[in-house]
Amino acid sequence: MTDLEGFRAETRAWLDANCPAEMRTPIKSDDDVCWGGRKAELTEAQRLWLDRMGARGWTVPEWPAEYGGGGLSKDEAKVLADELRRIRARSPLASFGIWMLGPALLKYGNEAQKKEHLPRIARGEIRWCQGYSEPGAGSDLASLRTSAILDGDDYVVNGQKVWTSYADKADWIFCLVRTDPTVAKHLGISFLLFDMDSPGVSTSPIKLISGASPFCQTFFDNVRVPKQNLMGQAGKGWDIAKYLLTHEREMIGGSDSTGGGMRDGVSQIAKRQIGLDAAILADTGLRTDIVRHEINAWAFALTMERVKDEAKAGQGVGALSSMLKYYGTELNKDRLQLLMSINGSDGLTWDGEGERDGDLARNWLRTRANSIEGGTSEINLNIIAKRVLELPGA
Amino acid sequence: MALVLSDDQKMIRDSADGFFKTEAPVAQHRQLRDTADATGFDRNVWAKMADMGFAGVLVPEEHGGAGFGHVAAGLIMEAMGRNLSAAPMLSTGILGVTALNAAGTPEQQAKYLPLIAQGQRLLALAADEAARHNPAHVTTTATPSGNGFKLNGVKGFVLDGHVADTLIVAARTGGDDKDPDGITLFLVDAKAAGVDVERRSMVDSRNAARITLTDVQVDGADVLGPVGGGFAILETVLDAGRACLAAEMLGVSSESFDRTIDYLKQRDQFGVKIGSFQALQHRAAHLFCEVELARSATLRALTALDARDERATMFASLAKAKSGEVAKLATNEGVQMHGGIGMTDDFDIGFYMKRARAAQETFGDIAFHGDRLARLMGY
Ligand SMILES: Cc1cc2nc3c(=O)[nH]c(=O)nc-3n(C[C@H](O)[C@H](O)[C@H](O)COP(=O)(O)OP(=O)(O)OC[C@H]3O[C@@H](n4cnc5c(N)ncnc54)[C@H](O)[C@@H]3O)c2cc1C
Ligand SMILES: Cc1cc2nc3c(=O)[nH]c(=O)nc-3n(C[C@H](O)[C@H](O)[C@H](O)COP(=O)(O)OP(=O)(O)OC[C@H]3O[C@@H](n4cnc5c(N)ncnc54)[C@H](O)[C@@H]3O)c2cc1C
Repeated sequence: MTDLEGFRAETRAWLDANCPAEMRTPIKSDDDVCWGGRKAELTEAQRLWLDRMGARGWTVPEWPAEYGGGGLSKDEAKVLADELRRIRARSPLASFGIWMLGPALLKYGNEAQKKEHLPRIARGEIRWCQGYSEPGAGSDLASLRTSAILDGDDYVVNGQKVWTSYADKADWIFCLVRTDPTVAKHLGISFLLFDMDSPGVSTSPIKLISGASPFCQTFFDNVRVPKQNLMGQAGKGWDIAKYLLTHEREMIGGSDSTGGGMRDGVSQIAKRQIGLDAAILADTGLRTDIVRHEINAWAFALTMERVKDEAKAGQGVGALSSMLKYYGTELNKDRLQLLMSINGSDGLTWDGEGERDGDLARNWLRTRANSIEGGTSEINLNIIAKRVLELPGA
Repeated sequence: MALVLSDDQKMIRDSADGFFKTEAPVAQHRQLRDTADATGFDRNVWAKMADMGFAGVLVPEEHGGAGFGHVAAGLIMEAMGRNLSAAPMLSTGILGVTALNAAGTPEQQAKYLPLIAQGQRLLALAADEAARHNPAHVTTTATPSGNGFKLNGVKGFVLDGHVADTLIVAARTGGDDKDPDGITLFLVDAKAAGVDVERRSMVDSRNAARITLTDVQVDGADVLGPVGGGFAILETVLDAGRACLAAEMLGVSSESFDRTIDYLKQRDQFGVKIGSFQALQHRAAHLFCEVELARSATLRALTALDARDERATMFASLAKAKSGEVAKLATNEGVQMHGGIGMTDDFDIGFYMKRARAAQETFGDIAFHGDRLARLMGY
């Protein structure tokens, strides 16, 4: 038995013993997702699952053990992921801390910051939100105006953020602020971490077209942030912001588009909903649309696989995060549009008696944001054109 | 089955790239066309390809081949796509060899494979009859005669049929038209009495032949695989061909893409480089993503064939469908973004569009493979 096979056997046994039965059922709605944090109201099973996985560092299998991670190799992490998929386990923790801030902390944080924040992210104790966008700084993020002025040992932060997902539920924020208004716009930006309970922080929710309201406007009124909460150097925040965005893009692009994992493929759903006629989907027009979607989804999933294999072998294509974000989110929108077509008038239900009534329409509407959040499709195409293809600027 | 090239495979890729760029570049393709060359490719190049181990890339070592496998075959085809190199690689090195590997008797393998690896024997697959690919549609008949069979029928689109020494003919020994059962494959000498070969020059300046078989007598020893069970072999042969054609189209796409990007960087209009216009940048960036997807699907199909993965059939269809669509897009965009000059015969970009069209139609387009995939997945 190789080491990896041994690891697989141990992992399987541990998961069998420790993953609660309720955590092996499909997620029905956003309420089933565990985000952790001080304000979280978890079910007994969610709490157990999070605590057990967090204690092993398996919410972040590849982070170093000294920062609360699992210290696993890429191969071991893949085995763990396989085994989790095998028992159809829910993710113990959804977290901006894991997907975005953590990788940036590992690269740019000082030792004290890593020790303070990483283990608490790994165990789901602190929920983070992302303070990037402002009313006047969306795609052109570098023109942000929220200011942070050094006053003794504190930065004093003033300004407004918008589209801050879950700001009202978050404990801490990673925030882009302008510390120097006199230099070129990319050079005066810094990266601050602070507690959302600090005096002067307020939020107000904004409702989405999908009916949910995870979105907030966030206001800062003379918020005092100790200067040791500055990550990296003052004025160098833009580099961190971009690095973090590559992780955000990979996460968004890869999250829901492979058709594999725990989800049914579009064709399987269509088979159930529409039925077959002489072994062929009874709606032949839709059949053609579906198979063309599946060809793309499949080729995309293989591209994600290739990207991982190439990364492991130390090779790779540039600006991949932009490619994955762009293509993956467009595919995911396509998938939900197809599902709406497949379900016809049944998919239009907004409020109804059934347990899942309204889910499809809400999901469809939610996916429309995929190509906006974390950098729009257009911005990602710009990035590919400039960075990979090196086309001339306007 | 990691989706990454091994060091050996990278060496094959590099040597194939170098080889075709110097020995069979686009200029040679143009010259063969302009002189209406009777062979349609350069026999010297084919001899050198044999020396390089390319002709026998799929021939097992015990029969004098290189035995490098499908990923290597795909890398060779990709380089040929980039340079539009004409050679009987697909017809002989891929289709012919796969048929013999899959179904040949020891005698048949010993008779043909070493000669193929040495570049001394050309094969062609005479399967399709209808204009749109449909391998089960076989009306050519094989009726028992003497110690073998008598073949009668017409094959419409036989790649390299005009130069082949040996034809692999699909004929019906039973069943009805479009019935997968009852098809049998035969090794037929192209010079045999009753074989009429009519060369057809195609839009991509490659060659295909229309072959008419009139009472062609074949020996029992020339049956390839089980009588009546030829369809499964044909599918194996076609899937290898589809995956390798996907690789060739990937080469066509990426070369056409690279040339277009270069052009966007050098052509001035409105006082700036046209590559600075966002309307073109976004299309180019989208195309970049599409080419990467085609690359992944193609590499998976080739690795699956090497690994004898049971899903190889699906992956071959996936790769052929995706790579074909991308080749169409890449070459259409290539001509469009070159503007007027892209429409001229003096300029090479149009050649890529022509080859993409022919390769797309060969052995099934996205409609064919979409339908095949849907059936394989039960809908
Ligand atoms: C669901 C959701 C969650 C979000 N969560 C967060 C969050 O947690 N934290 C946070 O900070 N932000 C968040 N955002 C904000 C998101 O990052 C911005 O919406 C996004 O960057 C676009 O900015 P904008 O909305 O100002 O659009 P604009 O920048 O005004 O763009 C409008 C349109 O113009 C196009 N456009 C703009 N510039 C160009 C250009 N140069 N070339 C071509 N086209 C261009 C855009 O692509 C878009 O189609 C979220 C957004 C959504 C929808
Ligand atoms: C078959 C044929 C017949 C013709 N007949 C005639 C004729 O009889 N008389 C005559 O005078 N001309 C004729 N033309 C020329 C024709 O009008 C030009 O080819 C056309 O105007 C494009 O110019 P171009 O070829 O220089 O391409 P370019 O201007 O170099 O364009 C190259 C590519 O860049 C794109 N592009 C350029 N600028 C922009 C921009 N600002 N934004 C976005 N994209 C841009 C173009 O759309 C094109 O895709 C003919 C052309 C053809 C192909």
